[in-house]
Amino acid sequence: MSTVTNTSTSMNADQDGTDGGVELREGELPPVAPEQLAAVLVAKDRPPRPSAFSVSATFGWRAMLKIKHVPEQLFDVTLFPIMMTLMFTYLFGGALAGSTTEYLQFLLPGIMVMSVVMTTMYTGVAVNTDIEKGVFDRFRTLPIWRPAPMVGYLLGDAVRYVLASAVILVVGLIMGFRPAGGVLGVLAGVALLVAFSFAFSWIWTMFGLMLRSEKSVMGVSMMVLFPMTFLSNILVEPETMPGWLQVFVDINPVAHLVAAVRDLMAGTWNGPEITWTLIAGAILIAVFGTLTMRLYNRK
Amino acid sequence: MSTAESPLAIETSGLVKVFGDKRAVDGIDLAVSTGSVYGVLGPNGAGKTTAVKMLATLLRPDAGEARVFGHDVLRDADAVRSRVSLTGQYASVDEDLTGTENLVLLARLLGHAKSAARERTGQLLDAFGLSDAADRQVKNYSGGMRRRIDIAASILNTPDLLFLDEPTTGLDPRSRNQVWDIVRAVVAQGTTVLLTTQYLEEADQLAGRIAVIDHGRVIAEGTPGQLKSSVGAGSVHVRLRDPEQRQEASSLLAQHLGTRVQLDSDPFALTARITDSGDECGAAVRASRALGELAEHGITVDDFALGQPSLDEVFLALTDSNNQLSKQDTSGTSRQGAAV
Repeated sequence: MSTVTNTSTSMNADQDGTDGGVELREGELPPVAPEQLAAVLVAKDRPPRPSAFSVSATFGWRAMLKIKHVPEQLFDVTLFPIMMTLMFTYLFGGALAGSTTEYLQFLLPGIMVMSVVMTTMYTGVAVNTDIEKGVFDRFRTLPIWRPAPMVGYLLGDAVRYVLASAVILVVGLIMGFRPAGGVLGVLAGVALLVAFSFAFSWIWTMFGLMLRSEKSVMGVSMMVLFPMTFLSNILVEPETMPGWLQVFVDINPVAHLVAAVRDLMAGTWNGPEITWTLIAGAILIAVFGTLTMRLYNRK
Repeated sequence: MSTAESPLAIETSGLVKVFGDKRAVDGIDLAVSTGSVYGVLGPNGAGKTTAVKMLATLLRPDAGEARVFGHDVLRDADAVRSRVSLTGQYASVDEDLTGTENLVLLARLLGHAKSAARERTGQLLDAFGLSDAADRQVKNYSGGMRRRIDIAASILNTPDLLFLDEPTTGLDPRSRNQVWDIVRAVVAQGTTVLLTTQYLEEADQLAGRIAVIDHGRVIAEGTPGQLKSSVGAGSVHVRLRDPEQRQEASSLLAQHLGTRVQLDSDPFALTARITDSGDECGAAVRASRALGELAEHGITVDDFALGQPSLDEVFLALTDSNNQLSKQDTSGTSRQGAAV
């Protein structure tokens, strides 16, 4: 078509090739092996689509790997609960129950609920941090059950809740907590607490997807968690509170959870409170799970 | 386009995405046939990434239609997801995990059993020269290594269509060449690749067809050769000894070649396009005459080069005419180079 050759040697053509080079530490990287790559790519057979349970469990495994690589993140489920238990037992014990050991029998199930429910907010922080990175886009282009990444976070967090509960229980036992419900009652109480926290965490997956930064997620979490945990029956019996506050405590699901867990650990099976807690959990999943998935699909 | 009857990997019509009052993608029509590399070329903010995200089911189009292998990206998103992979501009792997853990995680999510996931991960790390770094956290990888693990993650299941969103941005020339080798190897196995880039050389090197995008619209579409010849037969690059003489040289070249002369950022250099005038004189002859004219006016030329138009020139010419909303065909839909 034209007689002009393509042997341009001017500076202009050279510039195309060299802009954008900023990497410095590439020296030892071995070259790509195209033949090997071709051999891998020839395999076009695809495994069958994995089940919803299987992919959720895989995402849970991811959460475990993250704990393995960043163990510092366990401070909030180990040191924080210990601090809470010690602080409130010795702060209020003498004044409210006459003796710290006496108060501990009342406080420990409640402080366990408070610590675990407060650590649920880290779910929102984790979701938010992942979105900032590109890995979220990868998950969203996979042909998998859509809620799986979210369920995976929560499964990983459930392990953290169990850990926090165990830490508090050990500290409590050392300090003189003697649950009348025995091993079974304590295990049932922890199981109910972890189940409720799993449901409650969907609030944070929603905020994690909705809010722009980690800081705002933390801010909103505090606004929700402080009233829900302190305005309850965790630290004191609600009888002395003003009427309007008692109304709030009555509808606060955390208060029902505390009542149920306290009774289970004391050896009584409080049917109504357990039922209320489970119903509240189901409503939380239905409402916030739906909102989470809507945001997840729209993002 | 000539491949209307062959099955299309991607087909879009009037695709639109609006963010606030910015029309990031403003009516894009594409037809990408299977088994090739299709380049989407444009500057930052042209709408490339937004378009790719819509095709990869990450964003919902506000208007228009997009189909991938015949599946609508909205109504049939799951079918699309099972056939495509996306490698974004940033590393779309988990930085806290090691290379092996990342690939095993994704292989498990794609349905591979534990042993198969481990096996495939090992093969891919080997092929990508990452075996030594397999047990290091990705956050400690260099830029080139990240790009490799990212692409490896995208081909755990050999995809039918691979989106590569600016795969070489920020890489040094050597790493970039290696990414190109990977792309060629992937295409050789039958995967269709949609590659976005701001590097014209990259599109020229890899793509069979190119769509040039600016302000959310396709302003030109064709083979690299067609795009180049739409701009003219070539250009002459001149480097002067004395930058003071550049204005004079510019007007002389403009006069004798009958085209616009572009002053390069280098104060010594200028570039003149040579149009295909269709007469008996070849471009080389006319260029050498013009250079002789410079010598007669006492302008010393240190260096000169003749070349086919680079895609840089194509792009500047196209975006320029687009901005001026010029003459015949800036209708926004795809078109072939006018001078083919």
